Amino acid sequence: MKNDKKIKLTINDKPIEIDEGTTILQAAKMLDIDIPTLCYHPLLEPYAACRVCIVERKIGEKVDLVTSCNTKVQEGMVIYTDSENATKARRLNVELLMAQAPAAEPVQQIAKELSIEKTRFEIKDPTEKCILCGLCVRTCEEIVGANAISFIERGTERTVSPPFGEPSEACIGCTACAFFCPTEAITFEDLQGRTVIHDELELGPSTAIRVPTRQAVPMVPFIDEEACIHFKTGECKICEKVCEKEAINHEAEDEEIEIEVGSVILASGFKPFDPKRIPAYGYGRFENVITSLEFEKLVNASSPTGGKIFLANGEEPKAVGIIHCVGSRDENYNEYCSRVCCMYSLKFAHLIKEKTNADIYDFYVDMRCFGKGYEEFYHRLLEEGTKFIRGQVSEVTDIPLTEQEEGRLIIQVEDTLIGVIRRIPVDMVILSIGLEPGMDQNEIARIFNISCSQDTFFLERHPKLAPVSTFSDGIFLAGACQSPKDIPDTVAQAGAAASEALALADKGTFELEPITAEIDEELCAGCQLCVGLCPFTAITYDKEKGISVINDALCKGCGTCVSACPSGAAQQKHFRDRQILAEIEGIFID
Amino acid sequence: MSNEAFEPKLVGFLCNWCSYTGADLAGTARMTYAPNIRIIRVMCSGRVDPQFVLKAFAKGADGVLISGCHPGDCHYQEGNYNALRRHRLLSKMLEQLGIEKERFRLEWVSAAEGGKFQQVCNDFTEQIKKLGPLNLNGGKNEPREA
Repeated sequence: MKNDKKIKLTINDKPIEIDEGTTILQAAKMLDIDIPTLCYHPLLEPYAACRVCIVERKIGEKVDLVTSCNTKVQEGMVIYTDSENATKARRLNVELLMAQAPAAEPVQQIAKELSIEKTRFEIKDPTEKCILCGLCVRTCEEIVGANAISFIERGTERTVSPPFGEPSEACIGCTACAFFCPTEAITFEDLQGRTVIHDELELGPSTAIRVPTRQAVPMVPFIDEEACIHFKTGECKICEKVCEKEAINHEAEDEEIEIEVGSVILASGFKPFDPKRIPAYGYGRFENVITSLEFEKLVNASSPTGGKIFLANGEEPKAVGIIHCVGSRDENYNEYCSRVCCMYSLKFAHLIKEKTNADIYDFYVDMRCFGKGYEEFYHRLLEEGTKFIRGQVSEVTDIPLTEQEEGRLIIQVEDTLIGVIRRIPVDMVILSIGLEPGMDQNEIARIFNISCSQDTFFLERHPKLAPVSTFSDGIFLAGACQSPKDIPDTVAQAGAAASEALALADKGTFELEPITAEIDEELCAGCQLCVGLCPFTAITYDKEKGISVINDALCKGCGTCVSACPSGAAQQKHFRDRQILAEIEGIFID
Repeated sequence: MSNEAFEPKLVGFLCNWCSYTGADLAGTARMTYAPNIRIIRVMCSGRVDPQFVLKAFAKGADGVLISGCHPGDCHYQEGNYNALRRHRLLSKMLEQLGIEKERFRLEWVSAAEGGKFQQVCNDFTEQIKKLGPLNLNGGKNEPREA
């Protein structure tokens, strides 16, 4: 504590000077003296329930045994952590704990360290793990602030429970109690969680404060407000306590910042196709059917498996099937081709060959190797021994028809090159999912006054001559939000968009619309009908002259005012009434 | 009149940003549609003055189409709403003049909807074929102005 008073004491004949208020256990730690504990945790108030941290204490002439976790240091104290008395007391306590909770591993560990073979006390329940350390209770009270569990009953009946032994409404399901429990006496089940190939692969609901993915840029954690205990109970904030840089602020709020810009580049990306929409492929039902993105996470060197390719049960697959065109080129889902999947599927085939001895089956419809070196890579795969089967897979099933198919995933497909329906047993299935436009494409399009094409990707001004601009001046497009594309193409498009945006600003001048509207002063009666109609507030009423006037710089040339003008005073350059009427006449000249 | 099948003369006012581009898309995609429609480009469907519609019918059009951006997507924010209102009112008036309301059509075609434009043209042409020629002036056009 921030106390200036220092206390001098010795532990195991080693002297130490330390702040007042420190416990013996903490002082021992400073001297690298290890005292075993079971119910102690640095983030919680000490409780001294397990009695394992007992040490012999001598102050003056008085000698006694105290628990070091909750006893504060005193001037002139002499502590022996492994004296005969201390050790005897500790051993007895451990034997008691062994009888109380024979299945608790940390207790067995300490027993082994103290060379205790068995307990002399009667064992009531050989499967019991709870050592009544109270860590869960203290966690729920001090850290979570929910107070949903506590000790109930006394003596031999003492146990941890929510009120009246029934599930408590105060429990917020944070699983902090399970986290702090040293013996796994408390466990939890995620009833809605989908089993993915590895529990840790989906970094999702593991902790409320976490890094989004293992290779996130920037590599900075965020707080998931839905899962964070502080946002539920107002307590916890342990992350803030342990952060040395004081970088965590739970009170930070979303800030709306207004920036005035001259041009905008939309690069809002894509959404991966959800293969749950194709029930026949078994995604979500079979734990070894995974998407390409999940496979990328698995095979990455920073994955939970260190990049090794394992099935959900930890074994290596003997055969892997890669299915192309999942959600793409399909009139039931998306008609377009997602462009990147053939190449990344080939990449996977190559990686799997490198890392395992598995047979690799690649089920393709066409092999789209359109880029530099792509076709050559495909040929390399052909030589490596990947088995390519041309056909759109119809089903992934686990119902075996033969003995060889037992316990495996069977891919059923028509091999169109030989005209036969085949069933290929594999262990792992990788779905090459396509790219879809993001959920908010229409919303973004509306905000920026641009259009979307039929497939809901953003519409470019011209597919050949203006692929990065839109129909609204100053709004540019880059990347997959405009259409599915791979990284080289995205980078090229981004460069183009950036230079167009820069060119716009760099010019120093900008071009006005030539097709603006104008009001003939002579004809204008000053009725002001046009003033309210203009969506760009380009028309103002001149009180002195009694006429309406159009601001040429604001006018966008829609012509709404022109068609509303009762006197024909307002006319749009190049789209005058008499011009359009002449066009109509021209149509009917026979 | 000859015994040839009646080929309607249709006039379409297409807004530059959505409908005209959509029609252009139908063309680049080589979608075939009835050739009966003659297109006049305006910057916005809100530019279409009722007098244009009346002039077209007076000159011999059997059907008039106005096509603009979908509501909410107008390049100039709200021009298409003006077109909508004018269409509703004008239809009523045209009916009183003896012009069936099926002959005056309002459609929303976006820049990506080449297919829809094709469909609208074919549909409109079929519909007018069934209705027959308008014959506003007893089959004669307005005398040409000097």
